[in-house]
Amino acid sequence: MWQAIHEELAPEGLVVLTIAIDRSPDDARPFIERAAATHPSLIDTEHRVADLYNMVNVPTVVWIDEEGSIVRPQDVHYVSNELASITKFHNRKPLAALRAWVRGEAPAYPGDVRADTKVATETDQEARAAFALAWWLSQQGRDEAAERWFVHAGELAPHDFTIRRGSMPIRGIDPAGPAFFQMVGDWVGRGNAYYLPLADTATTADDYEAEPIEEIDMAELRRRIEEQR
Amino acid sequence: MTTWTVIDEQRVHTVESGDTLLIDPTVLGWTRMPDGLCRDEVCVPIPNDVPAGPIEAGTLARLLQRPAAVDPTEHIASFAAPAAERADALRSGTAPDFELPDIHGVIHSLHDYRGKKVVLYAYASW
Repeated sequence: MWQAIHEELAPEGLVVLTIAIDRSPDDARPFIERAAATHPSLIDTEHRVADLYNMVNVPTVVWIDEEGSIVRPQDVHYVSNELASITKFHNRKPLAALRAWVRGEAPAYPGDVRADTKVATETDQEARAAFALAWWLSQQGRDEAAERWFVHAGELAPHDFTIRRGSMPIRGIDPAGPAFFQMVGDWVGRGNAYYLPLADTATTADDYEAEPIEEIDMAELRRRIEEQR
Repeated sequence: MTTWTVIDEQRVHTVESGDTLLIDPTVLGWTRMPDGLCRDEVCVPIPNDVPAGPIEAGTLARLLQRPAAVDPTEHIASFAAPAAERADALRSGTAPDFELPDIHGVIHSLHDYRGKKVVLYAYASW
């Protein structure tokens, strides 16, 4: 839980700033209340941060230092192992790296931050224009036209799951249901990755040996997701 | 005349135009000058074949390098930020600033936390 990280590392100068990329504050509220978050917990209904930081999926973390500089390219970090048997992301290396950086014991990133920062293409930005148009139409209740533009935005940027999956609840599609699994299956089947973690903290077999995780199945995962809603 | 909606990132404008959307560049923050389209110290040239007055939406999008979506049936256009502008900002190393509300509607900005280390964690209910 990020709340626990915040409590642990706030005395050492860290602020955890969470951003819910969701259609309304009400979608994020249960997560924030369940976490009893005392850190800033913001809501980004317009995908503003996704646009500024070229985020294409969640969860995405960015580390920023005291001077406001990005010190690590965006990464995929789970700080809880609660869902690790499903996500295949172990928290061991991300947590160790975060603690070491906050305490000044290790640099935030061993590589070249600028070179490893992925930026949006013109087509990616066109997809964001299409998404903004679709979202506006949807908020006006013009659902048929919105649907066309949501689909078009996803076709322009098939790697952008803040668009393709993030639009599902707006469109009345279960974002953890068959349409989602088909979308990911098609994407991965064509040789793509759904998540693109950085190598230095990516999960490897030794993480599970060092810190075994609880195995859960999909039915249990669904139950836990429902519990959070 | 038709009322069009023009989405300029976070801003929404209404523009009166015909079936083809012609936009006064000032709507997007640019002024048409003899040198071209200008904003602050920057000017981009306008080709000779672009008629005087408001500029057709697709043409304006290309001139300003702003990827756009235009729906002529729904009378809406949306302009995203230029890819190069976003890329330069992200690669400059300085974390792009933003303002967003929390669930109580209180606005926070990234620069409120200058002087601290920050982990920005984006997640979603989906």
